[in-house]
Amino acid sequence: MIFSIVIQSAPYSRQAAESALRFAQALLDAGHSIHRVFFYADGVQCGNNLASPPQDEINLPQHWQQLASEHQLDLVVCIAAAVKRGVLDQNEAGRYEKSGHNLADGFELSGLGQLAEATLVSDRVITFGG
Amino acid sequence: MSKSVLIVNRKAPYGSSAPREALDVALTCGVFEQPVSLLFLGDAVFQLLKAQQPDAIGQKNLASNLSALPMYDIDQLFVCAESLANNGLDPDDLILPVTLLEKDSVAPLFANHDVVLTF
Repeated sequence: MIFSIVIQSAPYSRQAAESALRFAQALLDAGHSIHRVFFYADGVQCGNNLASPPQDEINLPQHWQQLASEHQLDLVVCIAAAVKRGVLDQNEAGRYEKSGHNLADGFELSGLGQLAEATLVSDRVITFGG
Repeated sequence: MSKSVLIVNRKAPYGSSAPREALDVALTCGVFEQPVSLLFLGDAVFQLLKAQQPDAIGQKNLASNLSALPMYDIDQLFVCAESLANNGLDPDDLILPVTLLEKDSVAPLFANHDVVLTF
């Protein structure tokens, strides 16, 4: 089956973002495919490469990057939700005249249309943190 | 190809960003010409209250945004009757005409949509 995953909560505050990662891994292990992972609302913090958790805690952006590169996952971060929460790529940092950018490699900023499109082409859309 | 989308709202209007984010998704799916329905459960019934005055707390008025939904051809609004009654509200208190659902009609509503997104 083709799945898409929507993540609405930030890492470390709630379990949902980490559960989503484990769910994605379980889907791939079971032979399913993932059309897109869409990071919305506070979930955009999953793509913040400035997150620096202690060594004995999970580094979610890194885990997503690793899973994405192993399985060519499409990791899309909602641009409106991200920019207002301070998760910017180089382009947006330039647009808003910020001194740095922090969107982790492997993630991409895009619009809500990417979520609508994911609902159209996926057999199942699973929300975490809703 | 088109898929029907049910947006499930569960949160009160101004305590979190969820209602506004749900509304943005509803409008985007509408632009993609997907049939969109909204369900308001629990505290989310307060999102539909008339005479909201959120400017006092520096927020945009959610009710006036929601009242624009019919212009985007989104007019399937469902409200959990029990949630409304539990909060001492009545359909006349709401900004838009809604369909009241008894508890046992909620599961069939989920089943009748291709995609369910919860906020």
